[in-house]
Amino acid sequence: MNFALRALLEVQETALLAARAARRLFRRPSYIPEMVSQMDVIGVGSLTIILLTGFFTGGVLALQTYPTLKYYGAQDQTGRLVATALVRELGPVLSGLMVAGRVASAIAAELGSMVVSQQIDAMRALGTDPVRKLVAPRLVALVITLPLLTLISDAVGILGGWVVSTQFFGLASSSFMAAVWEGLTTDDIWGGFVKTTAFAVIIGTIACNKGLSTEGGTVGVGRSTTSAVVTTSILIIVADYFITRGLQIVLGLPV
Amino acid sequence: MAATDVEIQRERDEGAGREARDPAFAETDDRQRVTPSIEFRDVTLSFDDRVILDRLSFTVRKGETKIILGGSGGGKSTTIKLILGLLKPDSGRIFVDGEDITEHTEAQMMHVRKKIGMVFQEGALFDSLSVYHNVAYRLHEQGVPEEEVEQEVRRMLRFVNLEDAIDKMPNELSGGMRRRVGIARALVGGPKIVMFDEPTAGLDPPTARTICELAIKLRDLEDVSSIFVTHEMNNVKYLTSEYAVVNDAGEIAFEKEGERLCLVNTKVIMLRGGRILFEGTDESLHKSPDTYIQGFIHGHGKER
Repeated sequence: MNFALRALLEVQETALLAARAARRLFRRPSYIPEMVSQMDVIGVGSLTIILLTGFFTGGVLALQTYPTLKYYGAQDQTGRLVATALVRELGPVLSGLMVAGRVASAIAAELGSMVVSQQIDAMRALGTDPVRKLVAPRLVALVITLPLLTLISDAVGILGGWVVSTQFFGLASSSFMAAVWEGLTTDDIWGGFVKTTAFAVIIGTIACNKGLSTEGGTVGVGRSTTSAVVTTSILIIVADYFITRGLQIVLGLPV
Repeated sequence: MAATDVEIQRERDEGAGREARDPAFAETDDRQRVTPSIEFRDVTLSFDDRVILDRLSFTVRKGETKIILGGSGGGKSTTIKLILGLLKPDSGRIFVDGEDITEHTEAQMMHVRKKIGMVFQEGALFDSLSVYHNVAYRLHEQGVPEEEVEQEVRRMLRFVNLEDAIDKMPNELSGGMRRRVGIARALVGGPKIVMFDEPTAGLDPPTARTICELAIKLRDLEDVSSIFVTHEMNNVKYLTSEYAVVNDAGEIAFEKEGERLCLVNTKVIMLRGGRILFEGTDESLHKSPDTYIQGFIHGHGKER
C-alpha cells in the first residue's frame, strides 16, 4: 500500500469513527459520568498549561510589538493588536496545540494499551460498545472544554499583554483596555468558537482512531501516540488556515 | 456443612436445568439439547494472503467442553474471536445456540455476547477499575441495582476463591489471581457458554490446576458448554480424566475417571494450519499415529 492510499484509508476510518460516535451519542445507556470525568481530566487537567501559555503569549506579543507601534506613534493600539491576535489566531491555535500534545497523546496511549492488553476485546465481549463508552465521552468532553479553555487562554493572554504594556512600557492602563474593547468584535469570538470546536473534533477523532487501531504490542502504543500528536498538530494548523479563510468569506471580514 | 457449600447447593437447586446430571446421561434426555451451543460450518478466514482458518467445521454440544489444542498461530484464538463476533469470517457459517451470527451487525452481536462468557489470555482486566468493578462490569452496564450487584460479585468471587481481593486494583494481583478475576467477570450473569483463551499460559502448576478445576466445576455442576483453548497437555489430562461431584457432605470433590466406565463430557480438537488435524477423545488422541500429534503430546519432534 502506498502512502497516499494509506492516508486516504485513515481519513475514511477517522470519519467513520466520528460518525459512529456522533450517532451513538444519544442512545441509551448514556455515559454521562464518563463524560464528566473526561471533562475533568481533559478540561481541568489542561488548565495549568493553558494559563501559562496564554499569559506568556500575550506578554511576548506586547513585548515584541510595542516598540514597533511606538515608532509609528501608535503605542495606544498595543491592546488592540494583542487582543485581536490572541482571540482570532493565537488563542485557538496554541490552545489546540497544547491540548493536542497533552490530551491526544494520553487518549492514544490509553486506548492503545487497552487494545494490546485485549481490554477493548473484553469490553466488546461483555456487551459494551467501545465507541460509545470510550470515544464519545472523550469527543464530547473535548468539544465542550476546548472552546472554554481557549476563552480562558484569551483572557489570560490579554492580561499578560496588559501587564507588560503597563508595568514594563508604562502605557496607561485605560488606553490599553480601551484599545482592547475597540479592537474586538463578537465575530472574533464566534470565529474562535468555530475554530476550537473543529480542533476539538480533530483531536478527539484522530487520537481515538490512532489508539483503537494500535497494532504490535507496546511498540505499537508508542507509534500510535507519536502519530496522534503529530497528525493532530499538523491538521490543526492546516485547518486553521482554511477555517480562517472560510470565516472571512462567510462573515465578509476585510481581507 | 460450610455456609458456602449450602449456598452452592441452593444455587444448583434453583437454576433451571442446572441439576448436576450424571455426565453420562447429560445429552440424551433433553430435546433442546439437539441444538449445539456452537457450530462452525466451513469457516474460512485469511489475513491478506495468510490463511488462518481453512474450511473449519466443528460443533460444541450443550454441556460439552471442547478443548482446542494446537501450536501457536494455529488459529485457536481466532476461532474464539469469531464466535464472539470480534472478527468476521471470509466464508462459512457460525451458529451460536442455533442462531446464525455470521452476518450479525455489532448491535445484534451485543445480544449474542450476553450469552457468552469469555476468559482472556492475560485476564484482560480493566486497569482503571477495581476487582469489584471489573467483576460487576456487565451488571453495571445493564443498570442492575447495587445490592444485587454486590451479592452477585461476592458470589462469583467466592466461586473463584478470591473474595479477599474485592477492593484491590488489577495491578496489585498476581498472574493467577488476574486470571481468576477474569473468570469471575466472565461468569457473571450465568452465561451458558464460556470460552477460555489459554487461561493457564504462564502460570505455575498448582494455579493452572485451580483454573482447570474451575472449568470442570462449570462443566459438571453448572451445565455450561465451553471451549478451552490451550497448548498444555496437563490441562487436557485434568479436563478429560476428572469430574466434579457434590459428595454426601455437600462439598465439591474431584474424582478421577480411572478405569470406571464414565464419559467425561470433553472432546479434543487439534488444529494445525487452520485445519482440524484430529477430533475425538483424549484416549484416541494418545493413540493417534500422527507424528505431529505425538510430538505435541510428548513435547519432542519440532514440526517441520
